[in-house]
Amino acid sequence: MAKIISDVVCPFCGTLCDDLEVKVSDDGKEILEVYNACVIGTEKFLHSQAEDRLKVPQMQDEEGNSKDVSVDDAVEYTAQMLCNAKKPLMYGWSSTNCEAQSVGHEIAELVGAVVDNTATVCHGTTLIALQDVGVPSCTLGEVKNRADRIVFWGCNPAHAHPRHMSRYSIFPRGFFTGKGHKARKMVVVDPRSTDTAKMADLHMQIEQGRDYELLSALRVAIRGNPLPETVAGIPRETIQDVAETLKSGRFVIIFFGMGVTQSLSKNHNIDIAISLTRDLNDYTKAAIMPMRGHYNVTGSGQVLGWQFGYPFCVDLSRGFARYNPGDSTSNDLLRRGEVDAVFVLGSDPGAHFPISSVKKIAHLPSVCVDPHFTPTSAVCKLHMPVAFVGVEEAGCAYRMDNVPIETRKVVDAPEGMLSDEEFLKRVLTRVKEIKGVA
Amino acid sequence: MPEIELNLISGRSIQQGVSMEAGKEKPAYTKACGIIEMDDADFKRLGAWRNTNVRVTSEYGSVVVKAVQTTQGPHPGLAFIPMGPWANMVISPKTYSTGMPTFKGVPVTVDVAEDEPVYDSLDLVRKACKGEI
Ligand code: SF4
Repeated sequence: MAKIISDVVCPFCGTLCDDLEVKVSDDGKEILEVYNACVIGTEKFLHSQAEDRLKVPQMQDEEGNSKDVSVDDAVEYTAQMLCNAKKPLMYGWSSTNCEAQSVGHEIAELVGAVVDNTATVCHGTTLIALQDVGVPSCTLGEVKNRADRIVFWGCNPAHAHPRHMSRYSIFPRGFFTGKGHKARKMVVVDPRSTDTAKMADLHMQIEQGRDYELLSALRVAIRGNPLPETVAGIPRETIQDVAETLKSGRFVIIFFGMGVTQSLSKNHNIDIAISLTRDLNDYTKAAIMPMRGHYNVTGSGQVLGWQFGYPFCVDLSRGFARYNPGDSTSNDLLRRGEVDAVFVLGSDPGAHFPISSVKKIAHLPSVCVDPHFTPTSAVCKLHMPVAFVGVEEAGCAYRMDNVPIETRKVVDAPEGMLSDEEFLKRVLTRVKEIKGVA
Repeated sequence: MPEIELNLISGRSIQQGVSMEAGKEKPAYTKACGIIEMDDADFKRLGAWRNTNVRVTSEYGSVVVKAVQTTQGPHPGLAFIPMGPWANMVISPKTYSTGMPTFKGVPVTVDVAEDEPVYDSLDLVRKACKGEI
């Protein structure tokens, strides 16, 4: 008889769906089926069962040949590397729980590292904008129950957050949104006719990179002031139509993604999107929310915030916390050759950083802690396989709206496999010994 | 052989997410991300069939990927490579003091490279780091 575990939380994207059901074998060792998750979430659970999963740490020599090493050796190499470096980079933290993050930060403080998370290539510019102009936001529960005007700007939830629309933003019937999607108006702004855009009531197929202009034009239109014939490739009438649609709503929510954060203008695009939201509050209720990618990148920002006061790229190398995007951010540090060791946990810069940064990692002492073998492992000196957090390990994670949710453990990790937190605790103990602190 | 200019953006696709979770060393990941999505109009300009290998070059590097017909178009003049090591061979690493590389809006040229291979993610990154490509 197989058992069903309910209320399981999906550890893939920032939607952090908490209604999954997982069928496990009687002995609790094997995942048989996953219900309610989208294809990506399902794959994440099922892949943890892969036959070819790595279970032993691997060390690379100069020629790139790998050999198995013991966990003790892996702990020793990591601790020595971090202690010997003048300014190590400790990057990642977005696919693990808050408990592991806080142990990692303790190590970073002792060794004088720079701690950066995946926001640096995702919503880092959003965080800069939030600090510059503040943010009127809300929770996804409020969106579900109240929002009748939904904007997706430069994001494609149909692909990146597959259940976002069905759980929170478009389809569900909420307390004040009893008609579900029938009473909601959906506006999409994207240079491509994405699968999300195809579902919209209104798609503004903007010229790529012209978000600032279009946001500006919407602010003008909301005030009823004159506009040129087209802005960013969008006819004046369409802009005015969208402005009226938003103003006439009872609750507007603007979701935005990488189209805004990674195009030129970067944080300024978000400044003005926030200003648009503020303007809309003169007519109705409006809020704005970033579509966060990794399931716990928001948590990493939170934990860094409690501990050091800043949400990403925290430089502890001078013995106190400094934060200076453009200077203490991973890609700038790597490109300028300012770090002398790289520790990666819960992310994959090898696949997701520009190749010029990856080349730098390849030439430094480096450790990759990840259940999967990734392009980062391919260039790091040591790969340390660990348990899957959210599948084989419980712990706290923050949803994209900053709501903390306790993830569940559904199966045991393979025998002898450490969790991120256990591995970090062992490294911390060794770092303390080397540094001679109690 | 003709060469065309396009504006390149990278981003997520559902196949990118699924294949990434199934293992980045597997062929499915290369199939999902070692591609460039182009409009029919751009295929015509290039004078190439769909599903041929092409070389994508920017100021920052170059990479061989398979050119496929876009499913989320039309958007002539715009090309899309799913986020991953292939896109990252050519996107702009410039952060303009924000920490954020410019993953979207990079001018590229595309030309046919029928006989050149699309490397898998591990090979691509290893070879690029060793300076072999
Ligand atoms: S939408 Fe995101 S959190 Fe929900 S099941 Fe899919 S991957 Fe998991």
